[in-house]
Amino acid sequence: MTELVTLSIDGKQVTVPKGTLVVDAAKQAGIDIPVFCYHPKMEPAGMCRMCLVELGRPMIDRATGQPVLENGQPKIQWAPKLETACTNVVSDGMVVLTRSEKARAGQQEILEFLLTSHPLDCPVCDKGGECPLQNLTLDYGPGKSRFLYNEKHHAEKHVPLGELIWLDRERCIQCGRCVRFQRLVAGEPVLAFDERGRDTEIITNSEPAFDSIFSGNTTDICPVGALTTADFRFGARPWELKSAASLCAQCPVGCNITFNTRREAKSGGRVVIKRVMPRQNEEVNEIWICDKGRFAYHFTESEARLRQPLIRRNGQLQPASWEEALDLAAAKLKAAGKDALILAGGRLSNEDLFNLKKLADGLGAQSVLYTHVGGGDLVTQIGLASGTNLADLGKGDTILVAACDLYEEAPIWWLRVKQAADRGATLIVVNARATRLDKHAGYVVRYAPGDETVTLQGLLKQDKIGAAIREAGNLLVFYAADGLDLNGSTSVAAACANLLIETGHFGRPNNGLIGVWPHANDQGAWEIGFRPEADLAAALKGKTVYIAAADPAGDDPRLAKALQDAGTVIVQELFQTATASLAEVVLPAAAYTEREGTFTSGERRVQRYYPAVPRWAETKADYVITAEIGQRLGLDLEAGAPALVFNRLTAEITAFAGLSYRKLAEVRPQWPIVGRADLYYGGTTYENKQGLGVHLAAAASAGESPHLPEVRKGSGPRPQEDALLAVPVTKLYDLGVTVRSSVLLEARIGLPAITIHPLTAEKMGLKAGEKAMIGLGGHENEVLVKLDETIPAGVALVPRSMGLPVSAPAPLSVGKAK
Amino acid sequence: MRVVEPVVELARGLATTLRMIFGEKPVTVQYPEEKRPVRPRFRGRHVLKRYDNGLEKCIGCALCAAACPADAIFVEASENTDEARYSPGDRYASTYEINMLRCIFCGFCEDACPTEAIVLGDNYELSFTSRREAIYPKEMLIEPVPPGGQPTPQKTPPGVFTRSVPEMKDSQD
Repeated sequence: MTELVTLSIDGKQVTVPKGTLVVDAAKQAGIDIPVFCYHPKMEPAGMCRMCLVELGRPMIDRATGQPVLENGQPKIQWAPKLETACTNVVSDGMVVLTRSEKARAGQQEILEFLLTSHPLDCPVCDKGGECPLQNLTLDYGPGKSRFLYNEKHHAEKHVPLGELIWLDRERCIQCGRCVRFQRLVAGEPVLAFDERGRDTEIITNSEPAFDSIFSGNTTDICPVGALTTADFRFGARPWELKSAASLCAQCPVGCNITFNTRREAKSGGRVVIKRVMPRQNEEVNEIWICDKGRFAYHFTESEARLRQPLIRRNGQLQPASWEEALDLAAAKLKAAGKDALILAGGRLSNEDLFNLKKLADGLGAQSVLYTHVGGGDLVTQIGLASGTNLADLGKGDTILVAACDLYEEAPIWWLRVKQAADRGATLIVVNARATRLDKHAGYVVRYAPGDETVTLQGLLKQDKIGAAIREAGNLLVFYAADGLDLNGSTSVAAACANLLIETGHFGRPNNGLIGVWPHANDQGAWEIGFRPEADLAAALKGKTVYIAAADPAGDDPRLAKALQDAGTVIVQELFQTATASLAEVVLPAAAYTEREGTFTSGERRVQRYYPAVPRWAETKADYVITAEIGQRLGLDLEAGAPALVFNRLTAEITAFAGLSYRKLAEVRPQWPIVGRADLYYGGTTYENKQGLGVHLAAAASAGESPHLPEVRKGSGPRPQEDALLAVPVTKLYDLGVTVRSSVLLEARIGLPAITIHPLTAEKMGLKAGEKAMIGLGGHENEVLVKLDETIPAGVALVPRSMGLPVSAPAPLSVGKAK
Repeated sequence: MRVVEPVVELARGLATTLRMIFGEKPVTVQYPEEKRPVRPRFRGRHVLKRYDNGLEKCIGCALCAAACPADAIFVEASENTDEARYSPGDRYASTYEINMLRCIFCGFCEDACPTEAIVLGDNYELSFTSRREAIYPKEMLIEPVPPGGQPTPQKTPPGVFTRSVPEMKDSQD
């Protein structure tokens, strides 16, 4: 039980846990103390002096150690000067005056002083309207300055900190929130203060500039308009924007976001998304989002989106009506019956997947999940359950990250795992190569490519690591397919599941297996009953294939070949992908931003998203398309509101039992308080009023003994003497269907590149930055060569979703570029 | 007596009429051939002003739209470059529309404008035959380029037009 302390703030008695800062205690009591540099997610710095208050403590008699009494009341020893509320910790009997004449005068003078070097260009500032400096100046400012206007400090106004963030040095008030965020929260200290005194300025000391995937968050917590995003530059004034609660669909973390939208003349009078802002969910993304989530949203408004159904006539895809397209698709599926195959991607919502599954069941067809990470059936058994919060992990707990580059695959999980490690949790990283998580890890285990399963099985036998796993209070295991294919990761999942089951770490909060899936809702697909197919090319042979939200032909030429050999291909997509170009019928789907639905995150949390913009052209929501095909086949599928589909889903799938849209929209009070009138406190993160989401029920509770999964015997593919082994890895910024429309990210996406060891490169006569031709799976591609001495010799890292045909570890030949 | 009184009254009335016919000048203004000057603070149709060099005063801050009680103004901003400069500073209004059917000519937009770019002018002759015509785009609102000035966009030397908001004097009528 934490010790409580009672103090008086502005005459109000406040009881808070010992160690609370005065500024937080006041906030909890509903009293605002103005701050600029203090942020509730970071250690106090006391730099801006805005939180000056009168502070008094009970006077103690030195002889007796007892409080001195005056008229029966403890006598208060007032501090001789004003003190900062953000650096002082509460103590019993403390008296704080935040609005006394002296305190007000102090706050006024600090603001007057800050404004001496502020340009006051609020009319053209992107922060204007949601700016703590503006708000606090109105509430606490002096109204008139005694300083001369023409002696204002002038500095550079257009400093690009990388291509995503702009810095205006004149507006900066040197609070250091961005510097501290990068150092303390993101763990990427790429910003710093340079010079001193009046010349102090923010600089970036990384190459490329501001090399961080969390850089957008600094614009949220910047209390002035010094840091703004290039994406939203002059996009709109904040008060003109409408907001819609949503989820990020770029990775399985399920970050809560808010889409800010506006009707725009530039976009032909359409309502478009103008920016993405984080929405607070302390159990998922706290108040942060990564740059991919913040900037890769432009696919919705892309002109390249499919507008209407297409049907192949005389070898050409030609526009058709929905009736024709749906009739044809239904006829083809009906004719195929059991020989149909439904291939779904994890971009679809639970409702879409449920309807697809019902359609597949109605036909007696196979329902396949398009993914390269396996083992989801294990995650549905021993995945996370209600009550889980990564922020609860700390000393005595263990986190194992296996065959996974969390930084690239799920940045916010990386951030939270790193923070858990900072709090004292033991972090074990098991991978064939170095990743960004290594420097935060207690133990780093390397294995030769091919030995991943054996290594994981042997972990318990190692003294210290074995003990850290066995004796962990809580054990979380993240796994993916770094350098592996579907079979490899299925095997890794089984080995990880064995670890958890053997040591009894499952079926209770903060324990279990987490698959780091490539898409937002792969977990939902597993729960609903979709399973991947080890040999997809063979499975497609001769089938009538209905593909939704997946681009196998674009990812792998072998699958493109398989689709050409398949019977009929029906594709339901946002864009005219390579797969859609092979199709007989193309059905244009509405983007998730244009409709309602739910995603199941990798932590098995079901969350709701809401429509942000109107549907594009003639598109329809995925579940509606599927339902309308189903209805033509005489199946009873729901094409109405997504809530109705969800009701059917909860009635049928045990894990979802008891959930409803209403329940998913429930909220609880969260700390810190953000997003209300007090933007100055937590930044411009939105308050969560639309639902925190609910965990799926745990399939296996503690005490039960789930079946120990079988682990693959032997090793995976190894590098050969004479040829390099290409292993697939995931890049954060890739050419995924929903990423490539974001022009701003082009530089970050870059050209396709392979990464090899310098010694390997030397042997092959290649240099860093050179172009080379690689031969992979019978196809030739031109790539850049990058060198990295932390990767094993004989291995080449080949990024997924960059137009290179790498779905599994495979031999690779490298030659000089033509 | 009964006969005289009405005659006197009639004569008096007619005298007034005759005095008005021949004695007073008429007040009727022959609009539209003839127009009356407006008062100094008259609030007519909006004009978007230019600086003497032809640059637009409007910086696209949308404070006029925020101040507008009738939600008649729509502004969209874009970024200036020295290659194509519309206004001093970084930002200019790429779209500026006023819906004259909504406007109540209160003049709050003038008050809100940080650069004195929007001014309610003297023109009160607003007529349109459709709702769409009632929306005046920027091309209709902006004043002509003053003599000696250049039309926008202009190519300007770097480092000169860095400030959006000029130093302002107290407003004068």
